[in-house]
Amino acid sequence: MPKVKFDVLESTCVPLPFENVDTDQIIPARFLSATSREGFGDNLFRDWRFDKSGDRNMEFSLNNPDYRGEILVTGKNFGCGSSREHAIWAVYDYGFRAVVSSFFADIFKNNALNNGLLPVVISDKLLKNLLHLVHNKPDTRVRIDLHEQLFAILPSGEHARFEINPYKKECLIKGLDDIDYLLGIQNLIKDYENRINALK
Amino acid sequence: MEAKTLFDKIWDDHVVHSIEGGPDVLYIDQHFIHEVTSPQAFNGLRERGIPVFRPQQTIATADHNIPTKDQDLPIKDELSKKQVEQLAENCNQYGIVFFGLNHPDNGIVHVVGPELGYTRPGMTIVCGDSHTSTHGAFGTIAFGIGTSEVEMVLATQCILQTKPGKMQITVNGSLQKGVTSKDIIMYIISRISNSGATGYFIEYTGSAIREMSMEARMTICNMSIEMGARGGLIAPDETTFEYLNKIPLITGNPNINNSFKKWQNISSDPDAKFDKKFKFDASFVKPMITYGTHPGMGMTIDDTIPLAEEINSESTGSYLKSLDYMGFKPGMKVLGHPVDYVFVGSCTNGRIEDLREFARLVKGRRRASNVTVLIVPGSKRVEQQAIEEGLAAILNEAGFELRQPGCSSCLAMNEDKIPAGKYAVSTSNRNFEGRQGPGARTLLASPLTAAAAAVTGRITDPRDLLR
Repeated sequence: MPKVKFDVLESTCVPLPFENVDTDQIIPARFLSATSREGFGDNLFRDWRFDKSGDRNMEFSLNNPDYRGEILVTGKNFGCGSSREHAIWAVYDYGFRAVVSSFFADIFKNNALNNGLLPVVISDKLLKNLLHLVHNKPDTRVRIDLHEQLFAILPSGEHARFEINPYKKECLIKGLDDIDYLLGIQNLIKDYENRINALK
Repeated sequence: MEAKTLFDKIWDDHVVHSIEGGPDVLYIDQHFIHEVTSPQAFNGLRERGIPVFRPQQTIATADHNIPTKDQDLPIKDELSKKQVEQLAENCNQYGIVFFGLNHPDNGIVHVVGPELGYTRPGMTIVCGDSHTSTHGAFGTIAFGIGTSEVEMVLATQCILQTKPGKMQITVNGSLQKGVTSKDIIMYIISRISNSGATGYFIEYTGSAIREMSMEARMTICNMSIEMGARGGLIAPDETTFEYLNKIPLITGNPNINNSFKKWQNISSDPDAKFDKKFKFDASFVKPMITYGTHPGMGMTIDDTIPLAEEINSESTGSYLKSLDYMGFKPGMKVLGHPVDYVFVGSCTNGRIEDLREFARLVKGRRRASNVTVLIVPGSKRVEQQAIEEGLAAILNEAGFELRQPGCSSCLAMNEDKIPAGKYAVSTSNRNFEGRQGPGARTLLASPLTAAAAAVTGRITDPRDLLR
């Protein structure tokens, strides 16, 4: 796993105002045949970004030159469906560092946290306001402070606290990963195995 | 002692260590891997210079990207070929059992695990595939993970997980003729929604579940993820034991009697608390079909597609976008709509019982000339059994062909793609945009409804053909 740190992020946003965006849309299955983690950003939202002949769909927000930034803002239940971590690699590789929604699918959220991509959950109301603002003023800046667990829309001053597991927060801030942690407690794992085997 | 659910008991038994305020370190009994979500995990081990911690607790199969014809020939697609070769190499290097193409035990990971006896009550099971929930039918905690977590399991046989909430879904009543467990789970998803069980692990219970075969129960547990749940499980009972008692890997174990004794006591305490409960009556459920682009968009086969006004106003845009993709309009019926493709297979409905159901309905009928039909067994063993039972002959006589095992058209990583704009009745689990090929339009249904479409060329209520 790449070790990346997350601290404070201030950026404009790219809106994706749809609900139930599944991981097959984020990265279609036909692009999963690679054996490395690199390059998936090229095919992020492939079938929405490009039409059948391979031309850019200019109506799609990622192709709109007005929308730029490291924060993807999207409707509820983002990342549902397949457990493919390639979806995270694609979002990250494209250049996003945080995804903001009112609700994430479980596996997507876990996978994101394991790759330094921060899923930020805000209320339905705040999400609606944010999407509206970004639509009208694409240069709207947002600040995500992981230390303080604070999400803020800078021009309007609207802000909210977001939740994150304290262990995961520390991992992101310090750039640690779960495998390092698990390798560090291998004696506990072996003790567990011995206990279980004695019961058999 | 505090009353516990079956889920609590298995979970608590597998906690190696709890991080304060954080996730649990959960021990994994059985790990399954396949070619698509494992290569980067092995690369990670190499970069760290560490071995696979417990190679005997991982089983590998090639299923996601493989062709379902001419499996004895080299894979034509270069990238897919490389991915399968990479898995073989990784398994060879790290001492992991691998069921490659043409191996008699090859098949879809969630079909071979149970049929070979690697899936046993009380276990924790993970795989880099969201439909790992299938194994819950045997009273296991089984769920899908990402590739980073695959690497964790390879490296330490553990993952870090936050304990989910507990949901109980009770299904009582008897299934009507022509209604299968696929219809039951599609009905439940249509009621709970495609995200209604996010954050939960489900226990399915009730007389309708008890009356189901293991194959039918696997179909139920398989689609738990389509409600957002990490997994779903069913307490083992006589049906489970009967199934397990036929598997050489299990009956050959010298401790078999002890195991069965232990498995008999795997259940939730009567007064165990669940965080959320739902109750359904199976006798009201009719054959189901989806009309949109996620599994929550399902309805009774003769129903009309909901009007935009019936949908939460916040969601109207996404709803209409979904119907537009499908070429459908609010208020219309899909019954009688022409069908171009039928796909029978996948970890949801690629087991022997599913092929029996399909064959039962098409027997003595002919394939409709406007329909292309892909019938893909879930494993080599299912394929073999279908030939031995005479199902393949019935299919041939009706104008169909039994292909070779694999995930196939469920996610269309191989050649089995549905062309853009075409309608496919599919026994798989996901009707997402482009899931079966760019632009493909998927209608999820049971093997019986798929059979009815295959012989009529239209969306047809299978009950009309079973009379």
